[in-house]
Amino acid sequence: MSKFKKNKSGDLPAISTASLPDIVFMLLFFFMVATVMRDDEMKIDNNLPSANQVEKLEDKNKLVNIYIGKPSAAYQQQFGSSDVVQLGDKIASVKEVFNYVNTKRSDMPEDIQNEMMVSLKVDEDSKVGVLTDVKQELRKANALKISYTTKQGDPMRNVR
Amino acid sequence: MARRGAPEVNAGSMADIAFLLLIFFLVTTTIEIDSGISSKLPPEMDEEQPPVDIKEKNLFQVLVSKDNQLLVEEKPMEIKDLTEAAVAFIDNGGGLDKNACAYCQGAKDPESSDKPQKAIISLVNDRQASYRYYVTVTNELVRAYTILRNRESMRKFNETYEDMYLRFKEWPADDQDSPEYEELEDRIKEIRELYPRNLSEAEPQKAG
Repeated sequence: MSKFKKNKSGDLPAISTASLPDIVFMLLFFFMVATVMRDDEMKIDNNLPSANQVEKLEDKNKLVNIYIGKPSAAYQQQFGSSDVVQLGDKIASVKEVFNYVNTKRSDMPEDIQNEMMVSLKVDEDSKVGVLTDVKQELRKANALKISYTTKQGDPMRNVR
Repeated sequence: MARRGAPEVNAGSMADIAFLLLIFFLVTTTIEIDSGISSKLPPEMDEEQPPVDIKEKNLFQVLVSKDNQLLVEEKPMEIKDLTEAAVAFIDNGGGLDKNACAYCQGAKDPESSDKPQKAIISLVNDRQASYRYYVTVTNELVRAYTILRNRESMRKFNETYEDMYLRFKEWPADDQDSPEYEELEDRIKEIRELYPRNLSEAEPQKAG
């Protein structure tokens, strides 16, 4: 009769937290695997626009990153507030793109040098002007394979 | 004397340690964006080389002005109509005889492009135009080519160009001599020759 009424005191039994570490570890492993430590410290604002006609970029060892955008608040005193180019982790002038790309290319193993791709990470609020100059420099450096790196998403969101 | 079992280690703080690590990785994570619109720049211009003669009707002028107005063939246009206009232009197939385009399904307007191989889209930007607008316009123009390539690929191989390309890119690296891989590569090449991406980002315009 009283088989099902053993716990009559009314208190709920404590929920076992023994599996909590397991869950947390699972999350931890996910983030450890998904993390790419950023190798360039950003000195400029860099919000990428979205597009849907995207292709996957080349492997990381074939990529050269060039960032364009406004200097972030901490650097505006030094570099002003108009669009600038960031190469590696320092802000540079457009003229330096030529040497930077060539140096990066000669650092690559010889068999992949002509597969090099320049990934242009341009802030969505910047003007096309600086980008055009950079592209002219890239033509001079004979780095013709480029990619406008974008987020995946609806491109119409950019113009609204 | 009976041996006492080893005392159980208190694992209660394990969760705390794991949380600490978790938070560290959460904060440092930047999920790297690894996709983009790929494009090819034209090689450095040779001063002596005479400019190639392109007929006006084979040229599709897209201009983005400094206040982000889109001008197509000198007429203003909404950006949502751009892809459609570009498709109509590329796929027009108005050429005759050796310029005829057997697979085009366009209006065959003699005032528009002869065949996709000759049709060139010229994208000109004012330096003051914003990058987000520029990317959107580029995206829409690339989409026009993708639509046409997909259509042709569906008709010929019963598989969209995008799917073929994805399959090609994700082919296992140790199996790239197989005949299937080469066939796929040839098919992609064939479709690309039918609708080559002649998207020219013209020489910079003088600011003004």
